[in-house]
Amino acid sequence: MIRARGLSKRFGQRRVIDRLDLEVESNGFLLVTGPNGSGKTTLLRLCAGLLTPTGGELEVDVDRGDIGYLGHEPLVYRELTPLENLDLYGRLYRVPERRERIGMLLERFGLWRVRSERTGSFSRGMLQRLALCRVLLHEPSLLLLDEPYSALDEEGSALLDRELSELRERATLLVATHDPARLEPLARNRLAFA
Amino acid sequence: MRRYLYDVAVLTRKDLILELRARDTVPAMLLFVIAALVVFHFALPAQSSELAAKGLLWVALIFTALLGLTRAFVAEREQRLLDGLLLAPCDRSAIWLAKAIATLAFLAVAELVALPAFALFFSGIDAATIAGVALADLGIAAVGVLLAAMATVSRARELLLPLLFLPLAIPIVVGGVGASVAGGAGRYLGFLALYDGVFAILCWASFEYVVAE
Repeated sequence: MIRARGLSKRFGQRRVIDRLDLEVESNGFLLVTGPNGSGKTTLLRLCAGLLTPTGGELEVDVDRGDIGYLGHEPLVYRELTPLENLDLYGRLYRVPERRERIGMLLERFGLWRVRSERTGSFSRGMLQRLALCRVLLHEPSLLLLDEPYSALDEEGSALLDRELSELRERATLLVATHDPARLEPLARNRLAFA
Repeated sequence: MRRYLYDVAVLTRKDLILELRARDTVPAMLLFVIAALVVFHFALPAQSSELAAKGLLWVALIFTALLGLTRAFVAEREQRLLDGLLLAPCDRSAIWLAKAIATLAFLAVAELVALPAFALFFSGIDAATIAGVALADLGIAAVGVLLAAMATVSRARELLLPLLFLPLAIPIVVGGVGASVAGGAGRYLGFLALYDGVFAILCWASFEYVVAE
């Protein structure tokens, strides 16, 4: 599903990714680890199409609408409620039975009771839960998750563990994390940036 | 085509709801345009001509629009929400068109107050001026939103947007002032319509390349 040959990315003079070769099969689970600034986020953003490589080749055999990307920001509007945010993305992604799916996700991620409150008042953990709802809303076949456990409490982390173990059967996952021990039992491959 | 218009409608609705809730663009535009007209009222000598006043109206409108445009992508910039929109499987020009429609609505609201205020402080507004303002708004929204998106990804955005927008707004000012003060307003209105058409197509076609890295 993802093939990179000599993939490089520079920001000005700084080379963040240098001639990376990578292959992730369909339904693969790649764990991406490395210290801060090593290129984990850049790799995920390249795969999402949010950045363009400065060298080499990158092929991602999936439509833009079939990608679920979780970045450092939750990508939700602070003036809108969870229902309105997910409705916006649901409409743009043409999610069938949108309302039912939104309700189910909000229920599952423990946000149903705050579904009509503006997200501007949410804690970082609640925003991360909402971001996960956004990512899963359109049932993407490729999930690019950058530090998905960030800001989640124990309950939220356990919930995400269950989601990921279900998702690995039917989706391709690239997960960047500083806590590889948690995901190692699920991952099929590991890419460690130096 | 229906799908494209649906995306535009969804994104426009979102921008209008955001403004209704946050109220951080239209009130600022209203305050600015009224304040500018009050200052011009006292700055312009009593024996000044109506022509000079009409010129100042256009100065006030252009800078009010600039104020609105600097805030056009605030939500998308502050929380990197543009990434979320760019990832969605819709034509990226729909983002531009939705923002342009929302900007047009904000300009219209500002002008609904500004034009009567101008009539109160200076002189009456004729149909040619109103038509000129309406056509100018189309051009301002089309060009301004593209440039605002361009400036959003830059660190020097507060400087970059006026630097890019004001030179491109000169034809709008020429057409608008011409329609307001010169005889044969039709020629100037035609010029504004041509500007709108050409720049709307250029901006629509180039938005994807502006927001892509």
